[in-house]
Amino acid sequence: MDNAKILIYDGSFNGFLTSVFIAFEEKVYVADIQRNGQAQNALFSDTEIIFTQMDKAKRVWNGIQNKSNTAIKNIYFAFLSEYKGIELLLYRYIQKLFASQVSVHSDYSDTIVLKISQLAKNVGREKHRMEAFVRFQLTKDAIYFANIEPDFNVLPLISKHFRSRYVDQHWLIYDIKRKYGLYYNLQTVEIVSLDLNEVYANSIHKSDRFLGEEYSYQELWANYFRSTHIKSRINKKLHTQHIPKRYWKYLSEKKQAV
Amino acid sequence: MSFERIKEKLNILADAAKYDVSCSSSGSDRTNTNKGLGNAAPAGICHSYTEDGRCISLLKVLLTNHCIFDCAYCVTRKSNDVKRAAFKIQEVVDLTINFYRRNYIEGLFLSSGIFKSPDYTMERLVAVAKKLRLEKSYNGYIHLKSIPGASDELMYEAGLYADRLSVNIEVPTISGLKLLAPDKKYEDFTKPMRKVQHEIVRYKAERRIIKSTPKFAPAGQSTQMIIGATGESDKDIMYSAHHYYTQYQMKRVYYSGYVPVAEDSRLPAIGSQVPMLRENRLYQTDWLLRFYGFGVQEILNNEHPNLDMDVDPKLGWALRNLHLFPIDINRADKGMLARIPGVGMQSVGKIISARRFRKLNWEHLKKIGIALNRAKYFIICDSEQWENHELEPQKIKGMILKNSVGKFRKNYSSQLQLFN
Repeated sequence: MDNAKILIYDGSFNGFLTSVFIAFEEKVYVADIQRNGQAQNALFSDTEIIFTQMDKAKRVWNGIQNKSNTAIKNIYFAFLSEYKGIELLLYRYIQKLFASQVSVHSDYSDTIVLKISQLAKNVGREKHRMEAFVRFQLTKDAIYFANIEPDFNVLPLISKHFRSRYVDQHWLIYDIKRKYGLYYNLQTVEIVSLDLNEVYANSIHKSDRFLGEEYSYQELWANYFRSTHIKSRINKKLHTQHIPKRYWKYLSEKKQAV
Repeated sequence: MSFERIKEKLNILADAAKYDVSCSSSGSDRTNTNKGLGNAAPAGICHSYTEDGRCISLLKVLLTNHCIFDCAYCVTRKSNDVKRAAFKIQEVVDLTINFYRRNYIEGLFLSSGIFKSPDYTMERLVAVAKKLRLEKSYNGYIHLKSIPGASDELMYEAGLYADRLSVNIEVPTISGLKLLAPDKKYEDFTKPMRKVQHEIVRYKAERRIIKSTPKFAPAGQSTQMIIGATGESDKDIMYSAHHYYTQYQMKRVYYSGYVPVAEDSRLPAIGSQVPMLRENRLYQTDWLLRFYGFGVQEILNNEHPNLDMDVDPKLGWALRNLHLFPIDINRADKGMLARIPGVGMQSVGKIISARRFRKLNWEHLKKIGIALNRAKYFIICDSEQWENHELEPQKIKGMILKNSVGKFRKNYSSQLQLFN
């Protein structure tokens, strides 16, 4: 107990896995695992800066995967939730996994296991929402462009879906909150960061970066959206439950409502 | 193409198609081939929601709302005085592709009024699907309506391009059908259904031997029934739904509370309330049949021809069968766990996983997320304190209703409203 340590990592998932590796290897008593830049010194613990090492991260990944596929998925998803203190929670979860012979990941009566699986569920839900709520706008450079502002860092998770669906068109999905995006150039998906000085939400104002035809299709879609309502069954509460208001500004069919 | 004209057509033809409640885009595993456009998401994706809370997953339009038939319940019936329009095949194709590329939709749902003859109409529907698949290398979801009375050859071709096919039976009883849709015969509905079912069976068998057999309607068939138009009982509806599930291997049967669209002495008047609560109870029953292992005669029979409006069908069943309870959460098998009111299939899975590690008590069950306000009267778990299980059904029902809220409560409460 003499050397409780705070591990500081670079914020990447591999960095986190490296921290876990080092904590296990050096038998560190972990006081906390913190993201570089958000670190806070505690009074009685040392800090150690962890440098991401792919081979070590890979070993932890494989080790967990050998235990259970669900566990590794839950860990990755929960990590992307950016929940405060997620690193320590995940570390405890991984400790539990390795300490037991049976598959602890399904012990839903354990507080940590339940919390991790619920966080993973939340992230999974957000991933699914983003697959649904991305609205591409066709730019003059023939790129289908969308900006999003998801609750969790789900871009790495939705990449595969869009890559396998829109194979024959250039597309770019940009996360405004986290300031990075995915660009598909008909071959591969690359991570890009842009100097966006304007958010291309669905304002009534038309930007000259998009084709005129683009706005015609948005109008058609908004029209279609309006004609699907059945007046005698209106249920606004259910409507906003399905599409929470925070997503509205990026949905072209909700232009009038924003 | 003129956007103004398209817009007008879209408004008319989408408006007429909205009473078709089928919206699912799930069940197909079509992948993107040859660097084409799109694929099917096996779980389906809802891209938006209407203001009445239904999901918008597909571009749901009619090819035309011209119709030679005069079915009383239908908004596009011949004798109804509405604006008529028709899309060209190319127009539907362009709309679908452009909406799809912008990630607005999961695919196309194409239905149609019947013009000239069933075969003539079906041919046009198939032509749209064919054009999308072959010319545009489109691999997204396509749901086509099977037109009642269409020929077997056309139905076969439709299955090659579509992911799902559906015929709406609309009226659950044959006598009701004679009353409301005198031009149509019951056999017209079942013939295309039967053909598609046989082809699906054949496809599955051939697929086992030759992997490259072209897909045939991978997402299966569905149908829809109107609720509350002809005074049928819940038993009539669910027994006929059960018939379609077992005899025709339907993937889904949809229930649609009748929205009065035309003045007709055979039907509820315009402005009468849509039976939404009843619709909800029917869907709950449908789920009990498909996922919870209930038999239809357990829930609805001659003694109970209608579902309880004030409690859900599972709770209603449990109250009639109190001798089977209480159930021990830590010992009961999956089938019995699924029969506890307030416990869903997700929770059943969690309980089974979690009880391998320790005996579960009220705290655990609450965290797992089961609705204890209903479940607590029907279970025992690892706890000293337990509910009194010697209660009468009426008393349990009263206590559950007293300690819960429901959005439809005002519809059936016998208590007078003080402020209203």
